[in-house]
Amino acid sequence: MTGSFWRYTLLIAGKDLRIEGKSREVLYTMGFSAALVVLVFSFALSNATDPAQGPITAAGVLWAATLFTGTVALARVLDRERENEAIRALLLSPAPRAAIYAGKLLAVSLLMLAVEVVLVVLVGLLFSAEVFAHPGWLALVLLLGTLGFAATGVVFSAALLRSRSREALLGALLFPIAIPVLLAASRATACMFDPLAPDLEPVAFWVRFLLATDVIYILLGLWVFEPVVSGE
Amino acid sequence: MTIPPALSLPTMPTAPAPTSTRFLAACGGAFLLLFLACLAVAEAPLESVMGLVQKIFYFHVPCAWLLMLSTFVCAGGSIAYLFRGSERGDRIALSAAELGVLFGMCVLVSGPLWAKAAWGVYWQWEARLTSSLLLWLMLVAYVLARRYGGPSARQLAAALALFAAVDIPLVYFSVRFFRSIHPQTTVVSTLGPGMRSAFWLSLLSFTVLWFVLMSLRLAVENAQARIVELEVLLDQAEEKKS
Repeated sequence: MTGSFWRYTLLIAGKDLRIEGKSREVLYTMGFSAALVVLVFSFALSNATDPAQGPITAAGVLWAATLFTGTVALARVLDRERENEAIRALLLSPAPRAAIYAGKLLAVSLLMLAVEVVLVVLVGLLFSAEVFAHPGWLALVLLLGTLGFAATGVVFSAALLRSRSREALLGALLFPIAIPVLLAASRATACMFDPLAPDLEPVAFWVRFLLATDVIYILLGLWVFEPVVSGE
Repeated sequence: MTIPPALSLPTMPTAPAPTSTRFLAACGGAFLLLFLACLAVAEAPLESVMGLVQKIFYFHVPCAWLLMLSTFVCAGGSIAYLFRGSERGDRIALSAAELGVLFGMCVLVSGPLWAKAAWGVYWQWEARLTSSLLLWLMLVAYVLARRYGGPSARQLAAALALFAAVDIPLVYFSVRFFRSIHPQTTVVSTLGPGMRSAFWLSLLSFTVLWFVLMSLRLAVENAQARIVELEVLLDQAEEKKS
């Protein structure tokens, strides 16, 4: 049973990533809008010259851009199932609902992580932040933050498949719920970007916090995905 | 609209109708309690440092408690709906979410008024303030999801309520990592006797008010569900005739 769960998860994620590999639609639109969000912030905050606030601003912009562009990936990856009522076929297939959730979560997270690589470089350039001071910790925080955000996002995006105002609603529903992830990830990143920070103890604390949050969100997501997609 | 006698209507759980004697008595009781609470708050001695401003406390804390209660009732109703298909659970969740939005608004207005006098600023990014604000935002999101969520609005909103419930401790813990300047909950046990009785009376009357408002809102939801059911039955009856 466990073996087939992982097989179906990988099949569903692989299908979404193969479609994306051919069209590159989500990657290009997400990458471009991510670059625009960072640029908008850098224009809007161009007068902020206090060097002490630099790492906090850079980390905040990185995570705000990640959240905004993450909703694009969430909306598009689930939206594909709406075309020709593909969601019906997917739900009728022998794949367990939990595996559908896990597959979508994996696909969305990988797409978001790909765009975050571009984002990190851009933030480093435009905000003069020490983005590669602790590459291992940064990769870990990006991975955990993205997983936590996508874990809630996939549930809401799937539930909004048949709603007419899904684009407007997705962000409105998702952002209040994703605040603990945003808080923890941006504080950890700010500590990492700060060349004057005495030690990485707060980063380790926030990583543990993110890990706990991810476990809770993913378990809750696996639990509620079935009744949510099986609804009217 | 007359219902064909041959059709048996399924019995539905109902809250007391808004015009029933029981309901009117509960309403009267709630308002009497509120009136007594107002008198007790007015009579309560002035706090030595804060003076009159401290009296916001008698309004603010009961509202914060009801915001919390509403969220947990909403999550409980959502679990019952999502996993057992309970229609009653769904109606309770919606009613509680709306009341949560109402009392949350009272918390978010009264809190900053007090903070301006006590701390000199309206807002601080502090554990309890931030958690109350986020809790309120999540309940607003719940109501939005119910209204505009499309065909799966109810399932969507129920999932949202569950995520909101697990989020409360997470938000609280994440913001508490920074030093908290909000008065601790232990402040209640340090109140003088006059203040303490005013506080408990106020808490009790607000809680009774919450239950009255909840049953009123549930009665509206039940009536709406009944109308839909009657319309379906009427359509079926007309189809049979033709």
